[in-house]
Amino acid sequence: MVRPLRRTAAALQFAAVPDDVELVHRLRQGDEAAFVTLVDRYHAPLLRFASTMVPSRAVAEEVVQDTWLGLLRGIGGFEGRSSLKTWLYQILVNRARSASGKEGRTVPFSPGREPAVDPARFGGDGRWSVPPVAWTDDVEDRIQAEGMVERVAALVDRLPSVQRQVVTLRDLEGLPAGEVCRLLDLTDGNQRVLLHRGRSAVRRWLAAELGEEVAL
Amino acid sequence: MRWWRREIVCQQVVELVTDYLEGALPRRDRERLEQHLADCPHCAEYLRQMRLTIATVGRVRPADLTSEARDDLVALYRRWAEG
Repeated sequence: MVRPLRRTAAALQFAAVPDDVELVHRLRQGDEAAFVTLVDRYHAPLLRFASTMVPSRAVAEEVVQDTWLGLLRGIGGFEGRSSLKTWLYQILVNRARSASGKEGRTVPFSPGREPAVDPARFGGDGRWSVPPVAWTDDVEDRIQAEGMVERVAALVDRLPSVQRQVVTLRDLEGLPAGEVCRLLDLTDGNQRVLLHRGRSAVRRWLAAELGEEVAL
Repeated sequence: MRWWRREIVCQQVVELVTDYLEGALPRRDRERLEQHLADCPHCAEYLRQMRLTIATVGRVRPADLTSEARDDLVALYRRWAEG
């Protein structure tokens, strides 16, 4: 008597939040609602990422629309070797490269030497002479009240282009390092350097806002 | 420059912190960094700031899909399903 009840509860839960594997299955059977659920789940993140790869919002919207068409055309052959999310990003990157004429062209990457913290804040022995002001305790209320999350989003959008792409995929979308390297044709080391520069820049800004440090 | 080889100093910590969080430091460097963090409250604070930075960026949510964009995509789906 217990098992059917459990199954019903599980089925209800499943129906409320279907995972991607279930949605792919339903989409292959021609379920329009499954497509709409995927659109609700991924369209906005895809559009955000497309905006880091092409020069205008209008082109980004076209690229994402193309990505959805690519999904529909390819769904029959999708073998699930990568996650659906990764596969969508892969389609998007290919479409965006075609749209911006950067197909097959890898932009030469030099990590540069921009320090994470102004060297003037360290003594000749490499130790802090102007140490960071402590601001991480009980900062949650200020982050909420002062709209920090939205302002951080705007800041990420102003990072140099590849830093912005890496920070967006890693820290906003939560893709693993290996997938980001494959998507953006980066070595592990370069991916980490870009992530480091991007995160360090956002930290400097937050420190200036929350710790009243001079923005450096 | 002798300190450079012997121990990790603060100015190096701020450049190694991402490799550390990514689990990309060789074991000996990781141990030297952790020793430094245990001894240096400023670098420990710096690490907390980087973690909080990452968590704050992780809270950014994209704007909601407009109903117009959703309608366009439903139309795209129907054209594809018919064609």
